[in-house]
Amino acid sequence: MIKVVLMLAFFICASTGGEIAMTHGMKQVGEPESFCPMALFRFIGKAVRSSWVWFALPLMAASFYSLLVLLSWAPLSVVIPASAFNYVVGTFGAKYLLKENVTAKRWMGVIMVCIGVTLVLITG
Amino acid sequence: MRRKRWSRFPEPHPAATTDRFRMTHEHRLRFKTLVMVSLMVVCANLGDLMLKRGMLQIGAVQLTPSGIGHALLSTIHNGTIWLGILFLIGFTLSYMTAVSWADYSYVMPAGAFGYAVQTMLAVVVLHEAVNALRWIGVTLIVVGVLLVGQTHPSTTKPRPVTA
Repeated sequence: MIKVVLMLAFFICASTGGEIAMTHGMKQVGEPESFCPMALFRFIGKAVRSSWVWFALPLMAASFYSLLVLLSWAPLSVVIPASAFNYVVGTFGAKYLLKENVTAKRWMGVIMVCIGVTLVLITG
Repeated sequence: MRRKRWSRFPEPHPAATTDRFRMTHEHRLRFKTLVMVSLMVVCANLGDLMLKRGMLQIGAVQLTPSGIGHALLSTIHNGTIWLGILFLIGFTLSYMTAVSWADYSYVMPAGAFGYAVQTMLAVVVLHEAVNALRWIGVTLIVVGVLLVGQTHPSTTKPRPVTA
């Protein structure tokens, strides 16, 4: 039981941490100047040189593998709500780490999406 | 004295011009975020579908060293799996592009719309039966995404890297 809880905590931290680091890195890179192929290549080149993007990628890979491990350890009814809970943890991270303005309407939307994803995946 | 240029229309009020600029900027921001999130959803769903189809072609993986080695070789030589990987790279690139201007708390829930699309496709294309609980889930996702979609896509300023 303890190892499942620890792995769940690791999965949520790695998943949210990876996505927040990626967002932080991409905000530093800035948006592409245009959507022509050359501008997109320059944009990808800048992203590849961002240390935050390289910090995010192993975290995202670790979250993927920890999800696979979790699925082999615990029933789907435990793993899926926990993975959908990422939406809520991610929004907290966006508010306090990325300093995004999360309004009440956005919170409501996130919570509805979180419950909706749980229902869809459990019944799937 | 400078002569006022004749015009059929009066000069717009400066505030009106700013408001118009703001509206155009906001519409452009919303439009490109919508395009990127749609690309994310399409690439993620097609990527998963191709990987599943590819793995079905390979068959069940035997959890022995020779079985894993055989599965690895089969995946390398399977075109459908490579197509799936290409779609997943497309998903990652469109996600990275979207969060370069839009909020993470905006893009992340909007991406969940893919689950609703999957259910719709299962009903319309595969004629699968979907139970009431799943329909409630799909409705919650759609309403949640619509609520998030009504907020401003970007509430932070880009932070350029200082050399």
